[in-house]
Order: sequence, then structure tokens, then C-alpha cells
Amino acid sequence: MSYRLGVDVGGTFTDLLLLDEKTGGFWRHKTPSTPHDSSEGVMIGVEAICAKAGITPADVDIFLHGTTVATNAVLEGKGARVGLVTTEGYRQTMQIARSLVPGGLAAWIVWPKPEPMAKLEDTVEIAGRIDAQGLEIRPLDEADIRAQLGVLKAQGVEAITVSLMNAYLNGAHETRVAELAAEILPGVPVSLSHIVLPEMQEYERTLTTVANAAVRPVVGRYVRNLREKLRGLNMQGRIALLRSDGGLMSSEKSEEHPVSLLMSGPAGGVAGAIWVARNSGLKNILTLDVGGTSTDVALIENGEPRRVRTTDVGHLTVRASSLDVKTVGAGGGSIAKVPELTRALRVGPESAGANPGPASYGKGGLVPTVTDANVVLGYLPENLLGGTFKLDREAARTAVQTVADALGIGLYEAARGIIDIVNENMFGALRMISVQQGYDPRDFALMGFGGAGPLHANAVGKLMGSWPVVSPVSPGVLCALGDATTRMRTETARSLSKRLSQTTETEVAALLAEMAKQTKAELVDNGVPEADVTCAFEIDVRYHGQAFEVPMTVTLDGFEKGGLTRLAAAFDEEHRRLFTFNMDAEHEFVNLRAVAMGKVQDIPALEIPKGDGNPIAAKIRDHEVWVDGGLKPAVIYDRSLLRAGDRIPGPAIVVEMDSTTLVLPGCEALVDPFGTILITPV
Amino acid sequence: MTATIIQTNSAPFKAVTVDPVTLDILENALRNARVEMDATLFRTALSPGIREQGDAFPLIADRDGKMVVGQFGSFIDGFLRLYQGEIEEGDVILLNDPYSCEGAISHTSDQLVIAPIFHKGRLVAWSAMFGHMTDVGGKVPGSLPTDAASIFEEGLRMPPVKLYRKGALQSDILAIAAHQSRMPEWYKADLHAIVAACRVAGRRVVELCERFGEDVFTSSLTELLARNHRAMGQLMQMSIGEEKVSFEDFICDDGKGAGPFKIKCTMWREGQRVILDFEGTDPQSDSSINFYLNENMFKMFFGIYMIMVFDPQVMFNDGFYDLVDVRIPEGSLLKPKFPAALSCRTHALGRIFDVLGALLGQKTPEFLCAAGFSSSPHLMFSGYDGKGEWFQLFQIGFGGIPGRPFGDGADGHSLWPGFTNVPNEFLERYFPMVIERYESVADSGGAGRFRGGNGIHMTYRFLESGTIAIHDDRWFIPPWGVNGGLPGMRSWKRLDKASGESIPLASKCDGIKVEKGDLLHFVTWGGGGWGDPLERETDLIGLEITRGLVTVEGALRFGVVAHADGSIDEAATEALRAKMRSERGPLQLFDRGPSIDDLRASCLADTGLPAPVQPVWRVRPSRMAAE
Repeated sequence: MSYRLGVDVGGTFTDLLLLDEKTGGFWRHKTPSTPHDSSEGVMIGVEAICAKAGITPADVDIFLHGTTVATNAVLEGKGARVGLVTTEGYRQTMQIARSLVPGGLAAWIVWPKPEPMAKLEDTVEIAGRIDAQGLEIRPLDEADIRAQLGVLKAQGVEAITVSLMNAYLNGAHETRVAELAAEILPGVPVSLSHIVLPEMQEYERTLTTVANAAVRPVVGRYVRNLREKLRGLNMQGRIALLRSDGGLMSSEKSEEHPVSLLMSGPAGGVAGAIWVARNSGLKNILTLDVGGTSTDVALIENGEPRRVRTTDVGHLTVRASSLDVKTVGAGGGSIAKVPELTRALRVGPESAGANPGPASYGKGGLVPTVTDANVVLGYLPENLLGGTFKLDREAARTAVQTVADALGIGLYEAARGIIDIVNENMFGALRMISVQQGYDPRDFALMGFGGAGPLHANAVGKLMGSWPVVSPVSPGVLCALGDATTRMRTETARSLSKRLSQTTETEVAALLAEMAKQTKAELVDNGVPEADVTCAFEIDVRYHGQAFEVPMTVTLDGFEKGGLTRLAAAFDEEHRRLFTFNMDAEHEFVNLRAVAMGKVQDIPALEIPKGDGNPIAAKIRDHEVWVDGGLKPAVIYDRSLLRAGDRIPGPAIVVEMDSTTLVLPGCEALVDPFGTILITPV
Repeated sequence: MTATIIQTNSAPFKAVTVDPVTLDILENALRNARVEMDATLFRTALSPGIREQGDAFPLIADRDGKMVVGQFGSFIDGFLRLYQGEIEEGDVILLNDPYSCEGAISHTSDQLVIAPIFHKGRLVAWSAMFGHMTDVGGKVPGSLPTDAASIFEEGLRMPPVKLYRKGALQSDILAIAAHQSRMPEWYKADLHAIVAACRVAGRRVVELCERFGEDVFTSSLTELLARNHRAMGQLMQMSIGEEKVSFEDFICDDGKGAGPFKIKCTMWREGQRVILDFEGTDPQSDSSINFYLNENMFKMFFGIYMIMVFDPQVMFNDGFYDLVDVRIPEGSLLKPKFPAALSCRTHALGRIFDVLGALLGQKTPEFLCAAGFSSSPHLMFSGYDGKGEWFQLFQIGFGGIPGRPFGDGADGHSLWPGFTNVPNEFLERYFPMVIERYESVADSGGAGRFRGGNGIHMTYRFLESGTIAIHDDRWFIPPWGVNGGLPGMRSWKRLDKASGESIPLASKCDGIKVEKGDLLHFVTWGGGGWGDPLERETDLIGLEITRGLVTVEGALRFGVVAHADGSIDEAATEALRAKMRSERGPLQLFDRGPSIDDLRASCLADTGLPAPVQPVWRVRPSRMAAE
């Protein structure tokens, strides 16, 4: 027996998906989340889903989990108190940052500067210096280090970060500080910049290392608590966490390197989207994950999500690989307003949040939100969440009317305006990851998920020309699915920084081969059978002197015969595609990367019963929606009663427990064999 | 306009009514396009000045050249008036001569690229961007000679020429231009990057025309401008009085020993219109500190400051220009006569913003900000390394953000939009230098209820011999505080020779030889303070002592008696604050520190440098020449 268990903890629900790897059979379960200690909900869910499957937790081989615990620690400022050790003359690296004041001319007048993550009073500097060749210019002074660590001890720091100048070239000084720290502050975890991020640029490296140190205790506690409780249920299998870059790492490694978990949550949704898309025969997908306050978008090309070398959380940008997920402040709770001076209609980024929430939630909210506009237009029928939660349509109308009055237009027109603008914001985010990267959105399908994704996806798909618009079954389970179906993945990077004339194919190939060996060994150690491991390579290329590299895929086959020249030519082509021109400057190979991956978990989706194309059996009732400038008759369908092959003409609304799909006029929704809804223009 | 636009489709655009939602969508889309322009530029440019620091500015304008999105622009209108040739689809214009575009760009280092955007044979919009090139030739590396007597000493000087003609690159022009630069590869790459950014905007505009139709697109731009006109009109009625307010500030010196130079502006409203009159500004300088200020450019600065000070929600564009009348006397520091040198205009450009802030906030002190613009302090370092290869660094530094109604000014941050510092590890990797110190200067921010941000102390150790040049200001007259806040500390520079000799360096200097092992201390100014220093929270001062941002001695300026560990002597503090309150006069709206005469008297003792002498004018500016 061999079972995989994927678990996603959302704000409202904890979703689980248990998979029998031998038979491909799987079970799903949904249970309320327990925000005070999310492991409680997880345990209830684990026991329930195992009971459903007739197994015990002891039968589970691997427990896979995406978590927002690291993200929330950063966003809510609940990380550990970090003490920072810097090079003499650099105490204020975090205080000065990159000197950037965001916004336009004169934005400094209103900019609230965030406090550094490691406070200045908890930052010390030590003598000793490494130069830009990695050579020591001045030695350490151990008495000085002891004294400075003593200062941090007296300050009561909970974690230590050491980030010294040019440590990315030579970490010896940092290592020695760590040894002394272990002696002077026993039990306090130490993060070293040359280990967390061996890259040039002192601010970025320090910030990333500090962020790692700050979330370590929180993530460590969370992971250990979860592990103990799972062991308490007699689950002896491996526990793996989903990383920001869509790979998996062992729970032990995640305790050391939690900065890789900052986008773990959104990565689950993207991974799930890949699985749904594969079953529906789609390879190129744009994802649209619409939540209450924000929307995450990502691009998947040929079944692979795009990755970037940075992770954005709140106002921080740390150097850790993540899926290229862009976030915009546009969600169901985004507030619509009309500023007096311009009389323009603005939507977001302020959000009504969950409390009081949109006016239609009836929890005391009065300001109009996107959700309220959806209610007014009839896109969101009054019953949400399977009937336990009723929307207050009158409150929504009253709230949206304030916008209508300010603009001097009708109620429905105002509501439609709010929706059009929020759709446009989502469209803007999708353009950043597609058109701006040189992709044509018409080559992609658009998948909407998250609570409100399928409500907006049809309209956004129309703007993008991205068809079909895809609405997967049950968006919560999508993330758990993503967790369960993700392949093991690990990568290693090495900086090369050599120009074409300064290196050879033989040198590069030897380095890549060595890196492949290292990453493969890591996966094998993590229990992946050696035969299942595949390795891929990337080289970051740029014109010498540029600040921005393009990651290019290479293979080792035949690389020794002109591989670098071919790579340079491929880069020229890519550069032209992205930026419309090439340069005479020499090519520079900046970083080498080897990625080892386990087997793709090819879990078949469950087929739903086949129908005759007519969805009438799933019809709940007739309804009216405001589309194309007027109220039009529409039909509401129950998603659980739809059959494969059913064709639903727009306008129509398909409801399920935690999601609502809107089909616009002029479009038709087709239910595929797995219950996924595919919307195309008629 | 005298430029002739050649269109293959002569159908006129129809003015159509655009619903408010479509309008907002278009505005958003144009803003996104502008963001894309920046992204394209930063990824492909080569020089640290552009790729690391962001010294480049984009815009998208309507077919008449009025900027709809952007922040440092309005370059097109002046160009269209002065350009004598034809403009066709696929043309891309390049220029860098300020005198050929009425100062839309203000020194030869800035290369301006202007691209008309056509759709179906008709001109629908413009995109443009300028960027500061590391070197455009001329008498000194970096092309910013402080002592230049005319623009002919400031390198490449190009009138508007077609870099692309009907889509075809005129490679001869590129070759000639790049050939003037000491860093020709950077010049070419940066120029390509700017063109690529303009192309991105062109593509987005064409897509919008296809999506909404050209009539809706062009009508929307008109309406966006009109919307701004209405909002700004109202804002100006509400916040600017008919009574004249006046403010003057100074450039410390001209780099040749004369100074200070006064910039004076008077503002009042006559009905709908606001007048900004620079009458009283000193005549043009014999050196290169002149700033050829384009009237529209100043309207734009004014508009953006109005919005930021009074209502940050208003979206900014050129729509309100006819509501503002800018008068700049000809022959003055701000409208010098050809061929006056212009390269070091950065000081006056910075000072303009302090003047603007003071004018707008004078009648509403609750909105007033303190002073902080020194300029953008530059360091140039060039020479040949051990392998005989030429290196040339152009680096922009930052100082203290002024105290603001919203709180403290940030330490060591940029007042310029989008600018970032160069990572010190990058400097050490690519230039022969070690950065021994990079931190803010305790107590340099002016005391106040909200203190000014601290300036930066950066210490370079040179690993090769070479030549440096420095461009900075606010070394003689301190940045003023407001509403009782004190002035910030002045900037200073010093060269500690490997031989042990210590040489104070002028704020503006060229051609200083440095040797291996020399240390350069490059210290920038602090921002002025905001509000009564005696009202600043004592606990915060204690905390800032532990942070090394304020010293125990510096705390006394706030009337706070503290210990080195940041603990406060409450009784002594109360007594000191009471004493200071009783001894001082009423709080000053502006605190400029000592008088110019007193500053002169103590200059040598305070700074190690002789005081600047009062400039002598050869010509007086002609009155109201801008009318």
C-alpha cells in the first residue's frame, strides 16, 4: 500500500486529498479551519479522510503540505526578534536599504517608511573585511566579536543573522562568527548570508537572510508541532512542504530554510491548476486566483510554471526562487469609491476584509465592494456556501447606489463599472506575466479559481482573448490536489560570471555534471528512487554589463560540441523577442543551475457520469442578470448535478459549495469528463 | 507647431463621448504601459546610472504632445514647435541639445528619444523617454564640467535628428553619437534600451486603439486631460490665495568661488489662473550651474507637488497647463542665454523643489515640508586600471529626506522618483575601490517634532590612481527647517591622502587626482526638521540614541538629557525643555540658520574652505521675457 496525502489550510476550510498511488483512487475531505492552531483542523481532517478510505494514518507514506505560516509571520510582523551582525561601517544596511522611495515625484512627502526587519538597535558591526576577490583584507578580532554578540544577547534577540561584506565569495568570517555565537548565545538559531543566499548585493543578501532568520522560529514551531501530532496519530511517513517555487522540501529542511516557503500557499493553487489542466488536455494556462483582498496570477507554459529568482511579500522582495506569481490588490472585498475632485471611479486596493466585509455579508459593512457589485448584477446568487450563508441583496444595492449617485449614473451601470474596473486590474496583472514577458495570451487558456475566480474569469478571458476559460471543480481541493500531485524537486545554483571568451564548453559541462550529481543525491536521500530522478539545467545569460539575465534551458547532450555558441544564439533570439533588439556586447554566463525532479504524479481524475448534453437536470431555478446593458434571463445550475458533455448557454450561473461560475452571453460552457467547465465563445 | 506630421490617412478623428468606466480603464492601461517602459529599460540598459540607479524618465502623450502619463516630461510640445522637418510613421527622434527643445531636457547628458505612434496611417499618440548617459564626451569624464564657460565644452550636442527613419536605424547617426562618448558601449546600449522602452509604449497604444477604436482612444485622452483640468482648477481655487506669497532659496556657489545664487519665486492666483513668477532670480552664471527651466516642465512639477501636498488621489497629467502662467526672466539662472553652459544644472533643479514646497505650504503650515534637496550629489571616478583598461564611474548619492507633516524624513533616501543606490559590493566588484563605510550621519537631520532624515557618510578607499570629480551643494547654506524645526547639517567632502595629509574638498570640483590608498569621505546633507523639537517624544529620542541615529549630545537640541544607553533623565529633560522654551522667541515658520554674512564669516573655520564671494553680474536678466 502506498498513499499520498495533500493538505491545504485555507482561511475558512482545510482541504485534504488522499491518493492511493497503486490504484489511482482518491478521496477528498473538507473540514473547517482552526485559525488558533491550524494543526487541530488538520488532525480532524486526517482522521476523517483515513476513515473514509478505510486506512489508518500509519498507511500514509508521504504527507504533503502547502502553508501560509511563513507568509503570515512576515505580513503580520510576527517573526522572531532578529539580531544582525554586519561588517564595520555597514550597520545601517537595512536602515538605508536601496534608498528607494516608491512612487513618483514628490512621493516622499507621503511615503510611510517601513521599519527594518532587523531593528537597528539589534544590529552590531564587527571588524574584519573580505574584498571583492574573496580575499581577507583585515582579520577578525575575536574579542570584538564576543563583545558585540554580548550586546545582542543583552538585547534579548531570538535569532541571529550574520551578513558580512563580500561573504558571497568567502564565508569564512561568517562561519567563525557563527561558532562564537553558538558559544555565547547557545540555542539561538544562526543564519549565515553566504549559506542562505551566496549572491552579490549586500542589502538583498542581508534582507533575505534576516527574513529567513525571522520566520525560522515560527515555522519551526509550526512544523514540529504538526510533525509531533502526526506521529501521535502513528503516521510514520515523510512530511514534505511545498516551496514557493512549486517544488517540495522535507519538513526538516524547511525548518532551516523557511524563506523558501513564503509563497508556498499560492504555489499550491498553481500546482493544482497544472493537474486540472493536464486532465483537460491543456498545456498553456494563465491562472487567476481571486481571493477576498487580492488576486494572484501565474503563467504556465507547456505544463511548467514560470519561475523567478525573487519572492515578493508585502513591501519586501527577498532573493528566493518562487513561481512567478503576481499579486494585485483586487478581490471580492475591494472597495469602490469616487474621489470628489476627479469624479473618477476607483476600485481597491483598500479592502473591506472579512470583517465587516462587503455590505452584502450583513456584518455591518456599508461601503460598496466588488462582491456587492456582483450581487447587484445577479452574478452572485443570494445563497453562498451551500445555503448556510445568505447574502443581503438590499444592503448591496444601497451600498452600490452611493457610487451610482456620485457618478450620476444608474445602479446597474455603477455595479457594472465596478466589475469592469476590477476586471481591468486583473487583466493588467495578467499582462505583466504574459504580454510583458513576450507571451501572446491568445495561446493560453485562463483558469479561474479561489472563491471568486470563476465569477470574473469569463470576462477577463474575453479581454485577454484567452480561451477556453476554465473553471475547475471545488477550488479549495485544487490546492490540496496541487500539494498531493507535486513532484519532488530540488535545485542548486552556482555563480559563474564568465564571458564567452573566458570559459569553455568542457568547463561548463563538468560543472553542470557535478551539480546534477549533487541534486540527484539529495532527492535519493529524500526517498525518491534513483531511477525516477531526472535532471534539467539552466544557464542565466546576459550581455556583459547588463543587470538582468534571461534563464535559458540547456541539455548536456552534445553540449561539448558548440553548446555555448548555440546558447548565445538562442539568447540573442530570446532577447529580441523580449526587447526588440540585440547588442554587440559579449555574452556573459552568470549562473548555472541544476534542477533534479522526481516522477510526475500522474493521478487520473475521477470521471463524472456522462449526460446527453442537456443540463436541464441540474437546473435550480430561473434568474435574471444584468449583462450587455440590460437585465437578461439566466439559469442557475447546481454543479454537483451536471453531467459530462452538458452544454450550458450563457448567460448562466453554476453554483457549488465554495464557488460560483458565471457564463456570459455569447459564450457556452462545456462540462468535460472530469466535471471541469470549459467556456468558449459561441 | 512647425513640425509637419505626414499621415497616409487624412480622416479626422471623431470626438465621441466616452463613458467614465472606459475612461478609467484607458487611464489604467496607459499607466501600466508606462510601468512596462521602465521595466524594459532597466533590464536592458548597461550603465549603472540607468540600470542600477534609474536616472531615466518615460511618458506617453496625446497626439498634440500633451503628457497623459509620466512625471518628468512634457518634452514633446517644445520639440514640435522648434522642429522644422517632417515626421512619418516609424521615425524615432533623438536629441540632447536643451536649446533645441526649449529646455525640455536640461543638459547634454540627457538623451531624449521621441517616437510618434501611428495607427492605420494616423498619428494617435507619442511616447518619449530620456536617460542620463554616463558620458557624452566633452572636457571631463562624465561630461559635467563645473567650470565650463559654454555648452560647447559639454560634449556631444545634437539637434533633433532621426535615429530611425521610417523604421530603419540610421546607423551613421548612432556611430557619430556613440563615438563622442568615453563609454561608447554604454551609450549605445542605453540608447537602444530607451528606444525599446518607447516601442513598448507604442505597441500598447496600438493595441488600445484596436480594442476601443481610435476615436474612443483619442477622445479619451482629451477627456483625461480635461478631467485633470477640472480637478486641478478646483484644487487651485481651494488651496492658493490671491495674495502674493514669495520664497527664495540659494545655490551655494558656482564651483568657481562665487555664490550664493538666488532663486526667487512669487506665487498668486488671479481668478482661475495661478501665476508663478521668478522675477528676482539672479542672473545666469559664468559656470555650468545654469538650469534652462522649461515653463511646461515647471507647470508639471507644480502640479505634482500640489497633488502630493494637498490631495494625493488626483491623477496627474498635462491637462491643467493653461491654468498656470510661469514667468521666467530671460538671462536669469533659470533661463540662460545660448550658449551658456548647462551641464551642472542638477543643483538648481533640486532647489526648485524646495522652493515649490515652501511656496505651497506657506499659507498652510500644516502641509509644509522642510528643505532637503541638495541636488543629486555625483561622484565621478575614472582612470586606467592595472591592466590598462579604462574605467569610469558615475554615481549618484542621496541624503536626508526632510521632516514632513506625516512624520520623520527617511535617512539616506532618494528624493528623486525611482532612484536607488548602487550596491557597494557591485562597486567593489567592478571598480578599483573598497567602500569602507556606508552609513547615515547621526544628528545630521534637523531637529524637530519630526526630525529630518540623516545624510550619508560614504568612505571610498581607492585601489588605483585616477581622477575624481564631485558635484554637490548645500555645503554653505544649510537646508532649512519649518514650523519651529531646525535646519539640517550641511554636506562636506574630504580627501585623506595615503601620505597622512587631509584635504577638504570643494562641493563642486573637477579633475582631482587621487592615488592608490587615498580615502575619500563623501558626506551628504541632512533634511530640515519639522515642528517644535521640544515636542518630540523623549522615548523615541532614547531609542534613536541606541540606534546610532542621534547622539547624546544631539539629543540636547530636542531639550532631552539622555545617557549613552538611551535612558532619559526625565527631571533634567523637563528642566532643560522649560529653560529652552522660556529663552527662545516665537517659533519660526522657516529656520534658515545663520545669516549669509555670518555663514561667510565662519566658513573657513567651519568647512576648511574659503567662503564664496558675492557674484558680479555681466548682464541683468530682462524683465518678464517669458510673456
